[in-house]
Amino acid sequence: MIGHRTPSSASSNGALIRIDHLTKIYPLGEVDVHALRGVTVEVHRGEFVAIMGASGSGKSTFMNILGCLDKPTKGSYILEDIDVSKLTRDELAHIRNSKIGFVFQGFNLLSRTSAIENVELPLLYCSMPNKERKERAIAALERVGLGDRVHHLPNQLSGGQQQRVAIARALVNDPSIVLADEPTGNLDSRTSVEVMGIFQELNNHGITVILVTHEPDVAQFTKRHIVFRDGKIRGDKVNGTPRIAAEVLRDLPVIDDEEEES
Amino acid sequence: MKILNILLSAFRALQRNKMRSFLTMLGIIIGVAAVIAMLAIGQGAEYSVKQQISSLGTNVLIVFPGSQQQGGVRTGAGTMTTLTEEDAAAIQKECPAVAFVSPGARSGGQVIAGNLNWGTSIEGGSADYLEIRKWTIEYGEFFSDQDVKAASKVCVLGRTVADNLFPEGSPVGQNIRIRNVPFRVIGVLAKKGQNAMGQDQDDVILAPYTTVLRRLSHFPYLRQILISATSSSNINAAQAQITELLRMRHKIAQYDSDDFTIRNQTDLAATATATTEILTILLASIASVSLLVGGIGIMNIMLVSVTERTREIGIRMSVGARGRDILTQFLIEALVLSLLGGILGILLGVAGSSAISNLAKWPTIITAFSIVLSFGFSIAIGIFFGFYPARKAAMLNPIDALRYE
Repeated sequence: MIGHRTPSSASSNGALIRIDHLTKIYPLGEVDVHALRGVTVEVHRGEFVAIMGASGSGKSTFMNILGCLDKPTKGSYILEDIDVSKLTRDELAHIRNSKIGFVFQGFNLLSRTSAIENVELPLLYCSMPNKERKERAIAALERVGLGDRVHHLPNQLSGGQQQRVAIARALVNDPSIVLADEPTGNLDSRTSVEVMGIFQELNNHGITVILVTHEPDVAQFTKRHIVFRDGKIRGDKVNGTPRIAAEVLRDLPVIDDEEEES
Repeated sequence: MKILNILLSAFRALQRNKMRSFLTMLGIIIGVAAVIAMLAIGQGAEYSVKQQISSLGTNVLIVFPGSQQQGGVRTGAGTMTTLTEEDAAAIQKECPAVAFVSPGARSGGQVIAGNLNWGTSIEGGSADYLEIRKWTIEYGEFFSDQDVKAASKVCVLGRTVADNLFPEGSPVGQNIRIRNVPFRVIGVLAKKGQNAMGQDQDDVILAPYTTVLRRLSHFPYLRQILISATSSSNINAAQAQITELLRMRHKIAQYDSDDFTIRNQTDLAATATATTEILTILLASIASVSLLVGGIGIMNIMLVSVTERTREIGIRMSVGARGRDILTQFLIEALVLSLLGGILGILLGVAGSSAISNLAKWPTIITAFSIVLSFGFSIAIGIFFGFYPARKAAMLNPIDALRYE
């Protein structure tokens, strides 16, 4: 998948994401920090990618650029045939709104705001009738198994449930890609597998998922591993035998509090 | 984002911090209430001054004889002997905008009644004098046209004179002597109090002007002619008619100046009104300082709110909010604060004004203008002081905002 292609030759293969010689430099006082040093990669529709690497490897910077939250210093990023690296702030906001769904490590839900209102949030920024907005939000919540928690506030939900609300929010706009930044970082192992199960299920329905993680266990559920080190891609391999979350969950012993104590 | 949705989320955001929102609004509430109350007091004062002036008679004109000029020396208004009884009669007859005419004469001196005496001035007038001055008789009666024609030696006492010469009993029917001329008292005037200059208007004796001219001052010319126009809107017409008539009667050539002066009360009224208007503006500007301070309070709280909610801004941006969406959101919040404050302030101001007029017995007037003004002012303050924090929020970088702890 790594290759030096010219944009014109690359456009023919219909890749969802085409990134070419991407660099990102943070000017930090007198020294420049090179977060990305020429990254070239393609992601196709329907892939399930794990981006791995130690902290400081540049994977989060890469994720931010993928999510149109940040702009590259050099290089090009083409998302669905749009050269995102040349867009203005407002145009980037529109791309985030229509093509990208985010899931964060810390859930990033609006506090004291009900689940449905959190899920509705992206739809508030594209004009949509109130009724349709409500329906789509409820549908997204049902899709992640929270149809009965629609009006709960984040502090009335468990960590796993909060992350599922966040996933529903990421899905509600029918994005081209779902980007997840350490989505299991704040969850216990069983809930982590549950959340990965949801991602797998979404991927099985054709949604492209890219997630950043430093846990190999989590990456085992994905179909492709891209490894970052020192701002460059050091490994990119297909995982032919991803673990199936549903099966893992079935075999996982239910943790009994008493057993833990004894 | 639709405006209704923004409004809803603004209300929700303010609801989450009820106490803080209220305290922020308090600045605007007090400011608006102060502006309304101060304007009400100022305009009340303006109104009562106008009332007092119109009680003097806003349709009153006074004609004075012009100043005498002898080889360049001018001796001041009222010294020239130009106004005659015939002039007064002609004004009454020929000027359609004139309602009543009272030729004026004046004398002064010591007045004796029994073993008491009192120094005062004696005003001469016609039977219409009271009508022009909007004055009434308390008891007894006023002199008639008959008395004027006959130059009868009758008089009417002002309240102060009556109190001093007749401390006990009614003066009506009693005789008094003015500079050794005996007069019969036929009535006492109602109390009128001080005039705008602080003079006691009740320290006076009224008598027919003919009597004053012939028995007291022994001077054939009038000191003044007191005239009332048919209405206060006709005052300029009356003035023009009188001027034309007197110039003709006095045979004044086209380019020569008048040998008389006409004054009216509207000049005085204009001055007094201007003074109270300045007072109103002064009060309102002091009050609007507190409105300004209230606005700064809003800015302060909005800045705190932007910092506190940086993460929320980041989340909103990550799901597609543009800078202008965030700007609108915070601007609307500031506007809602100042608008609610403005409405509550208007209510408080209206209540406060009526409390002031009830407790302190000051006249207060609340005009639609003052309500519109302070309401508009609070909207302007919301936009002005809300803009900077809102812009600060809109300019945030999405990643920095998301990472903000």
